[in-house]
Amino acid sequence: MDAFLLQILNGLDKGGAYALIALGLTLVFGTLGVVNFAHGALFMLGAFVAVALQNLLTISKQVRDESVTFFEAYKETPYLEIWLGDTGLAIIDYVVPISIVLAIPVMLLIGFVMERGLIQYFYKRTHAEQILVTFGLAIVLQEIIKAWFGANPIPMAAPDAVSGSAAIGSALGLGDAVVYPWWRLLYLLFTLFIVGAVFAFLNLTTYGMVVRAGMADRETVGLLGINIQKRFTLVFGIAAVVAGLAGVMYTPILPPDYHMGMDFLVLSFVVVVVGGMGSLPGAVAAGFLLGILQSFASMSVVKDVLPGIDQIIIYLVAVVILLVRPRGLMGRKGVMEA
Amino acid sequence: MSDTFHFTRRGLLKTSAFAGAALATPHLFTRNAFAQGNAFRNDPSNKSTVTLGFNVPQTGAYADEGADELRAYQLAVKHINGEGDGGMLNTMKPLALQGNGILGKKVDYVTGDTQTKSDAARAAAKRMIEKDGVIMFSGGSSSGVAIAQQSLAQEMGVVFMAGLTHSNDTTGKDKRRYGFRHFFNAYMSGAALGPVLKERMGTDRRAYHLTADYTWGWTQEESIKNTTEALGWETVNAVRTPLGAGDFSQYITPVLNSGADVLILNHYGKDMVNSLTQAVQFGLRDKQVNGKDFQIVVPLYSRLMAQGAGENVQGIVGSTNWHWSLEDEGSKAFTKSFGQEYGFPPSQAAHTCYVQTLLYADAVERAGTFYPPEVIKALEDFEFDGTGNGPTLYRGADHQCFKEVLVVEGNDNPSSQFDLLKVVKQVPREQVMYDPSIFGGELGPYEV
Repeated sequence: MDAFLLQILNGLDKGGAYALIALGLTLVFGTLGVVNFAHGALFMLGAFVAVALQNLLTISKQVRDESVTFFEAYKETPYLEIWLGDTGLAIIDYVVPISIVLAIPVMLLIGFVMERGLIQYFYKRTHAEQILVTFGLAIVLQEIIKAWFGANPIPMAAPDAVSGSAAIGSALGLGDAVVYPWWRLLYLLFTLFIVGAVFAFLNLTTYGMVVRAGMADRETVGLLGINIQKRFTLVFGIAAVVAGLAGVMYTPILPPDYHMGMDFLVLSFVVVVVGGMGSLPGAVAAGFLLGILQSFASMSVVKDVLPGIDQIIIYLVAVVILLVRPRGLMGRKGVMEA
Repeated sequence: MSDTFHFTRRGLLKTSAFAGAALATPHLFTRNAFAQGNAFRNDPSNKSTVTLGFNVPQTGAYADEGADELRAYQLAVKHINGEGDGGMLNTMKPLALQGNGILGKKVDYVTGDTQTKSDAARAAAKRMIEKDGVIMFSGGSSSGVAIAQQSLAQEMGVVFMAGLTHSNDTTGKDKRRYGFRHFFNAYMSGAALGPVLKERMGTDRRAYHLTADYTWGWTQEESIKNTTEALGWETVNAVRTPLGAGDFSQYITPVLNSGADVLILNHYGKDMVNSLTQAVQFGLRDKQVNGKDFQIVVPLYSRLMAQGAGENVQGIVGSTNWHWSLEDEGSKAFTKSFGQEYGFPPSQAAHTCYVQTLLYADAVERAGTFYPPEVIKALEDFEFDGTGNGPTLYRGADHQCFKEVLVVEGNDNPSSQFDLLKVVKQVPREQVMYDPSIFGGELGPYEV
């Protein structure tokens, strides 16, 4: 029972990350019709907004370690700590939450620049060409990050207040072994909040309604005198923000490195395909579903029966879905179907 | 005209004999032609330079480690050519190198990108051998990649001096006559860690392994299991995790209620950084199980990886091949050269790559020829010192180096940004030696 509950939590947590990345991906496909292979790079860029801010906040006074003579080794004390004392340390401690605020405008800008600067020229091109150009863009972006920050993972910590584990077991009367990191629980709540916000934006605002209308029939909306393109650019910006925020929030879970976007890209595409290309609820549902399946497939009892199942489960599901229902779980009829 | 060029039969024979002797003279005095009389791939005898190939991960998760290896190779080439301060050329004993290249030929090099993928590494190595004419190639950061390259080395008759590779298989069941490893292996990690684990954690422990699912992970799991079970520990479970899993939560949570009180992470690189970070997040370090403090062990440590895991490494025990803070003459000479050249200390990967290049060059110098079978024989059972790990033996039976192994722990009070690991113990080589037959394998022929 304990193990079951923990794997559900793991699955929800993992699924939350998949859902957030896939949400942006499917949003872009649904509005602009672009298969954006640079979407993983946006997730990575978001994480590096947090890294950059951390580097900025921890600019340090360096005191040379005189015992080392062959090169310069320093003991570092951040200037913020020297100037502001405990307040300075608290600011550094809260670098990830502060990064969320910073990442919104930064990612929006990156999204706009990406869409206006490159993606817009590929709307009328084939999907294959879109994939090639966006994949190339992803490589360029990650090489820039590598040149700047190196290839090694960079440690990022959650604020001290939420860095421990929540004793869920004892709270539910299940035993002390059931604990779950606070930050991961927060990540799950954050995912639900973001997903809710995006859905609310699309469903409850007039702006969102026009965007949905545009998704359904771009030509007619255009004929009504609405500049749908401008709205779609904003949608691209929102997708970039969602991916970026997912990246920022993920840094305490997974020390970021330049390649993290690519690691998630394939997975999130599988999520989108399983959920249905262009379907927002599909992406979210498939994200959680695959996250949970992956968690259960990793359990020893399952692996003893089907060795290696944890490594292929997601792709296995994708193959079955593509064979049985090519449009995905919640895909619109006709999309991706011959 | 005809009078001037009149040849008698005897005169012709005499002239021919002299001419033949004169033509043969340069070769008679070089060991190359004398010793074997047959040609070999990429023979540099007729060239003024000799080319080495450095095949390291320049992209992918190990790119930083690969970059450090490349720096070490460049430094080694410099020192062999007599440039710079000479580094370990001043400390290595015995030493045949004279600081004028190899056998008087200036050393040149080409580089390749393994991408930490076996096929990419083989393709890059093949290009170096066939197109660039390298006489030796080297590089590392993955055992799977090293094993793939050394079988290529055997096929093509070009020596491969492995960089960072820690699987027992590299010099065990997959060993090759043309492959050599200076780096230590999983068995030695186990042998070195055993007494320290006993001292710190006792003999009544229950261990849970998380293991990277490829050759290195399997052999490390096996070696550490053998060591801990010999101490009296019980192995509760050993779970294989996919390489590059990213989020390990689904593998870590079952540890919580497994009854285990030690988690052994048979992970390296990014996997190690991620699994350790996440294990700490799940509160494993602060946990009490069976009335004991829960412990985490990372059998193979590297400073570059410790950097990625940040504060999470503090107090966590593991083993390493070499560390820049060592005080022996060889280590100091290398750290000084490297530090002055690049402004920071070398990693263990850099150290092993540097030493491997020197060892190959020195073996050629001692053999007096580039002919691979002779060079291989010069390396086999070679005893040397002054390269940073005390007296070292390149065992002929399996091409594995035997030397001191370091047990380290994450430093909880670092004096600088590079002071991340603290050397707990320098384990003497006798304690980590083993019978080569336990891992099986065949080296294969000298002549290919």
